[in-house]
Amino acid sequence: MKQVFQKPESLKDVQTHFCPGCSHGSVHRLAAEAMDEFGIRAETIGVASVGCSVFLYSYFDVDVIEAPHGRAPAVATGAKRARPDRIVFTYQGDGDLAAIGTAEIIHAANRGEDITVIFVNNTTYGMTGGQMAPTTMVGQKTSTSPYGRDQNKDGYPIRMAELLAQLEGVGFSARVAVNSPKNVMQAKKLMKTAFQYQVEKKGFSFIEVLAVCPTNWGMSPLAANEHLGNEMIPYFPLGVYRNTSNL
Amino acid sequence: MRHDVFIAGYGGQGVLLAGNLLSYAAIHEGKNVSFFPAYGVEKRGGSAMCTIVFAEGDTGSPVVGHPSASIILNQLSFDKYAAKVKAGGVCIINSSLVNCEGIDLPDVKLVKVPMNQIALELGDLRMVNMVACGAYVAATGALARPSLEEALKKTLPERNHRLIPANIKAIEAGAAAAQG
Amino acid sequence: MSTKLFVKGNEAVAMAAIEAGCRYYFGYPITPQSDIPEYLSRELPPLGGEFIQAESEVAAINMLLGASATGVRCMTSSSGPGISLKQEGISFMAGSELPGVIVDIMRQGPGLGGIDASQADYWQATRGGGHGGYRIIVLAPSSVQEMYDLTMQAFDLSDIYRIPVMVLADSVIGQMKESIVANPRPVTELPAKDWAVRGRREGQSQNVVKSLKLGDGEMEAFHWKMHARYQELADKECRWEELQTDDATLVVTAFGSAARIARTAVAMAREEGLKVGLLRPITLFPFPQKAYTQLTRHCKRLLDIELNTGQMIDDVRLSVAKDAEVEFYGRPPGAGSLPTPEELLEQIKKHYS
Repeated sequence: MKQVFQKPESLKDVQTHFCPGCSHGSVHRLAAEAMDEFGIRAETIGVASVGCSVFLYSYFDVDVIEAPHGRAPAVATGAKRARPDRIVFTYQGDGDLAAIGTAEIIHAANRGEDITVIFVNNTTYGMTGGQMAPTTMVGQKTSTSPYGRDQNKDGYPIRMAELLAQLEGVGFSARVAVNSPKNVMQAKKLMKTAFQYQVEKKGFSFIEVLAVCPTNWGMSPLAANEHLGNEMIPYFPLGVYRNTSNL
Repeated sequence: MRHDVFIAGYGGQGVLLAGNLLSYAAIHEGKNVSFFPAYGVEKRGGSAMCTIVFAEGDTGSPVVGHPSASIILNQLSFDKYAAKVKAGGVCIINSSLVNCEGIDLPDVKLVKVPMNQIALELGDLRMVNMVACGAYVAATGALARPSLEEALKKTLPERNHRLIPANIKAIEAGAAAAQG
Repeated sequence: MSTKLFVKGNEAVAMAAIEAGCRYYFGYPITPQSDIPEYLSRELPPLGGEFIQAESEVAAINMLLGASATGVRCMTSSSGPGISLKQEGISFMAGSELPGVIVDIMRQGPGLGGIDASQADYWQATRGGGHGGYRIIVLAPSSVQEMYDLTMQAFDLSDIYRIPVMVLADSVIGQMKESIVANPRPVTELPAKDWAVRGRREGQSQNVVKSLKLGDGEMEAFHWKMHARYQELADKECRWEELQTDDATLVVTAFGSAARIARTAVAMAREEGLKVGLLRPITLFPFPQKAYTQLTRHCKRLLDIELNTGQMIDDVRLSVAKDAEVEFYGRPPGAGSLPTPEELLEQIKKHYS
């Protein structure tokens, strides 16, 4: 019988701790598929961040360093400089990358570190219980913005893919989403491009993935995916914002 | 034998270079050396001072309360530090800039050398620190003058080695003036 | 006799790091330690090494974490405010059992403080300045030669015990120039870094460097394991220097720059016929408790001298327990307030009986 679907080799054959409908499983799979395609699993060092993504080492079958909150790009910088022949990627959430770790991501990108950053934007702090994130939508209610995010007091959600695309050190910056089959196909393609940048030593690559958090949003998985399409994508447009080598 | 010498002046007089020169001379003689610099926050024109301790054995404290020898290059340093020289010690002053009329330093040998004047006569005011070092070795005998000449090779950057003969002359002139 | 070099304390640290095989340095400028990054930014690239001037001390310590996790020797350096920022990373390195050398050229504090010599950060260094209850090895050089030798040893100790090591000095030792012998790296048997994250390679099991420990009993087991390691350090790695303590009725105890000034004060006291000695801890953690235990069998009075209002004295008092009296003379730092040997001699005389 012809096998038409299987688990990527770069993922372990285990059940995840993620909530029903969570996007992390899809994003893990896309990253693992890209690693499989380039045959780099045994060469890869993952850098886990703090948040739901911390258990990277439980799911990816690669060596992993766990970074302090927000510091994954600095940890990845140290690892990549020490082992320039390895593939180093970070996997970070929005609180980790766009709040406490803003300095680290900006400067790793600006130095043009030869690493790949996977940024999962679900507009909330998932693991700590759904608090307001730097990417939380205006008006969105969270456990620390019970009246909804107020742009006058809390500022506007940060668009990281566009922001990093302004930096000369960045090779590739794109935003994708995993809320529909069509968007997943595009995400798969651009995830591969992000890793290709590092494999071909073309510079820093950044891929922002719009994701859902049904548990903390208080929505069903279906409603959450619809919300992503209707509310998030208009504010966080999908697309490639920088692609210096035209890969 | 443990020797200590304190050097003070204003920034630009070559205080730290003089300290380095004496340090290298002592190393050339096989001694252990501690050189402890201190200076104001200004990059130029502030005060500059350093202490050098050299000995066959342990150099001990780099901080010296009462030095056995002081080289004082300007009035401000004289007013502030000359009285610290310990009894039986030597205070070598740049008499071109320091007026020590009416100042009594009991039990301290005062060696007055018109360092600016000598340096100018040799053609370059910047050699005032070399004149001072020459005066120091002549007044104390703590280091041999040829060691200073040897130390110039290490103290001056290679591009300035062509200036070594002129510096040797300044050291000699300082020594001669100190011997009076 | 080996040729003597004339080197600044901070430069001796950088030279020793290179001799010890360190090729990765991550730092941020701060007075009075900037000679270290300046030296390494010049010398590491030609050796195939990496120098990064990080965007912050926080980033620098995390770069150290990342490089160390891959198994290479690496170093960072800073002073007061910067060391405070590094505490997050040091705690994570301690929790992840990562080696790494951190040089702290102390300045005055709290806050921005000042740049003159100070021993204000003994507590921060020896108590594990970050969260979670951990210790790191702390070495306190008292001369430029020791800046060189102890930095080299720091790398070995860090690799052997998988604990970050701090070299703790101040601007007296860091800015002073002295004649030194640049000793070659000693041959030390080091454990293989089979825990390092290098890419798992085909057929090898996954390596993970982490400090999150959520398994039943996992954290408790970790703490007892580290506790045993600290005990092992106390048994095997305590270092100290004793000077004329055999017949002393008063022993001065001090570390780093304060000990350096005290040496001359003790020599002056001896010249006057006073039976005074010096006990200088070289490892501040592990603290050389046994040296004090032995000493107090015959010496019943100690004079602790520090460039602060009394920090090491906590460890001294714990070490001597009730077997001796501990007097204190402190000079909290500030421009122009370094004590002179003459002033310390006065204190010695005051407490000598």
